[in-house]
Amino acid sequence: MIRRAVVYALLAVLAGAMLLPFAWLLRSSLCDEATVIRPLESLRDVLPPALHFENFVNVFRSIPFLLYLRNTVLITVCSIVGTLVSSSLCAYAFAFCRLPYRNVLFHAVLATVMLPGVVTMIPTFILFRELGWVDTFKPLIVPSFFGSAFAIFLFRQFFLGLPREVIEAARMDGATALQTYRRIVLPMSRPVCVTVALFAFVGNWNDFMGPLIYLNSKERWTLQLGLNSFCGEIVDQTNLLMACAVLILIPVVLAFFALQRYFIRGANMSGLKG
Amino acid sequence: MAITQPIVAPASGRRRSAWPVARDQRRTGILFVAVPMLLFLIFAVLPMVFACYLSFTDFKFTSAPVWTGLRNFELLLRDRIFRIALRNTAIYTAGVVPTGMALSLLVALLMNQKIRGIVVYRTAYYLPVITSTVASAVVWMWMFASDVGILNALLEAVGLPPQRWLMNSRLALPSVMFMSVWRGLGYSVIIYLAALQGIPEHLYEAAEIDGAGAWHRFWGITLPLLKATTFFIFVTSVIDSFQVFGSVYVMTQGGPGYATTTIVHQIYLNAFKYLRMGYGAAMAWLLFVIILGVTALQFALARRWVYYEGEA
Repeated sequence: MIRRAVVYALLAVLAGAMLLPFAWLLRSSLCDEATVIRPLESLRDVLPPALHFENFVNVFRSIPFLLYLRNTVLITVCSIVGTLVSSSLCAYAFAFCRLPYRNVLFHAVLATVMLPGVVTMIPTFILFRELGWVDTFKPLIVPSFFGSAFAIFLFRQFFLGLPREVIEAARMDGATALQTYRRIVLPMSRPVCVTVALFAFVGNWNDFMGPLIYLNSKERWTLQLGLNSFCGEIVDQTNLLMACAVLILIPVVLAFFALQRYFIRGANMSGLKG
Repeated sequence: MAITQPIVAPASGRRRSAWPVARDQRRTGILFVAVPMLLFLIFAVLPMVFACYLSFTDFKFTSAPVWTGLRNFELLLRDRIFRIALRNTAIYTAGVVPTGMALSLLVALLMNQKIRGIVVYRTAYYLPVITSTVASAVVWMWMFASDVGILNALLEAVGLPPQRWLMNSRLALPSVMFMSVWRGLGYSVIIYLAALQGIPEHLYEAAEIDGAGAWHRFWGITLPLLKATTFFIFVTSVIDSFQVFGSVYVMTQGGPGYATTTIVHQIYLNAFKYLRMGYGAAMAWLLFVIILGVTALQFALARRWVYYEGEA
C-alpha cells in the first residue's frame, strides 16, 4: 500500500514539474500587460485577477501571424505529401521487390539517421544557393520528396507485416508493382501512413534551423521564425509573446491528443532500430 | 503482362526467394529505390565529400573557393571561442545525457507499476517532446526571468536566494541543460517503457520464488534486459546533444559572453552570419569526426556490456 502511494506521489510530482512550464505559459498568455510582469508576492498572485482572452486576437495585430501561418502550412503540407509518397515507394521496393544488394542498401539508408545533419548543412546550402533557391520554400520542401530514412524504415516494417497471400494474389492476377502498391498495399497501410504523416507534421511545423538558414525575407517566414523575432522585438508585451507561443502549440497538441497511439507507436519503432 | 517464372508457394514465411517474381517487379523495384538512392547520394554523400573539400579552402561566395591547405584547421586550433564552444558542448552532453537517461528510466519504472491513469502521465511526459525548440525556449526564458520568473518565486518560497539564471555566466549553461532534460525526457520514457513491458513476467516470478528482493530483481533482471535499449538511447542522445543549437540560439545567443556558445552555434555564426563557409565547414567536419569517434567508441565498448536477445 505504502509502496503504491510512493509510486503515485513520485509520478504526480514529476508530471507536475513537466507540466509547470505549460501552466506558466498559459497563465502568462492570459494576463494583461501589467500583471504579467508583476513579481509574485504570494501564491494567490499565480492566478491573474482577470483573464484576457483578447490577447490571442491581439497577436494577429502585432505580427503578421496569418502570413506566417500560411507559409508554415504550405511547407508542412507539401513536406508531408513528399515524405509519404517517396518513403512508401522506396519502402515498398525494400519490402517486396527483388533488388541487388537490397539489405546493404537498406542498412545504408538506416545509417544516415546517425549522420549529423550539421555536416551536410553548408554544402547543401551552397547547392541550393547555386540553384537560386535561397529565400524560397523549395529547400524546405523538395528534400522531403527524396524520402526520409525513418519514414522508409517505418513503412518497410509495416509492409513486411502485411498478409503475403494478398500481395501474391495480386501478382498472379498480373498486377504490376505500381498497381499492387496503389491498389493493394496502400489501402491496407493507413496506420503507418498516419504515423509517418504525424512525425512529418511535427518535424516541419517545429523546424527552426531550416527556415532560419533559408528564409530571409520576412514575408516568407514561418511561425517559428516569427515567434523567435517577436521574442527579440517585443519587450513590454510578454503576454502577447506567450499568447503567440500558445497559438503555435495548439495544432501540435491537438494532433497529439487525437492520435496519441500513433505517436507512441512511432516513437517505439524508432527504438527498435537499435 | 505475364508472370515469367513458375509459381512456387513460399515454403516458409522466411524464404522470400521462392516468390513469384515478374521481370517487371524487379525493374520497378530498382526504379523505386534508385530515385531516392540517387537523391540520397546527392544530399548525404556528396555534401559530405564537398564539405571535406571546402574545409581546406577559403570560400565567401564572392569568388570560387581558394585552396588554403590546413590553414582553417590551424586557425581552429588557435580559436579561443571555438575551444570554449567545444568545452561547453562537452559539458552539455556530459550533463544532459546521463541525467536524462537516469530520470527517464526512473519514470518508466514508475509507470510500469500497473498504475491507473497512465494516459495522463504519458501525456505529461511527452508534451515537451512535441513542443518546438523556439516555443520551449520562449517559455523557459520567461520562467528563468530574474524578477518575475516563477523559478525564483519558487526558490524564495522555500527560503533560497533568487538567481539570475540565464544572465549569470556560471548558471546559464546549466539552465539551458535543465531545459533540455525537460524537453527530451518523454521520448526516452516511451522507449524504456516499451522495453520494460517486453520483459517476460515469469522471470520476475521465478526470481521472487527464489527469494530475490525488489532491488535484486532490478539489478539482476530489469537492468541487464534493458541493455540494448539503454545503448540505443545513449548513442542517439549523445549524437543529438553534440548538435545542440536552437535552444542556445533563442535563449542566450551563446551568452552571456561565450558562456553558452556551442559547436553548432559557432558553425552557424561562421558559415551563415560571417559567410566564412570554408571555416564553418572545417568546424562541421571536426564535429563529424568527434561524433563518429565517440559513436565508434560506444559501439566498441558495447561489446563488453550489451547483448541482444537471441545472441548466446
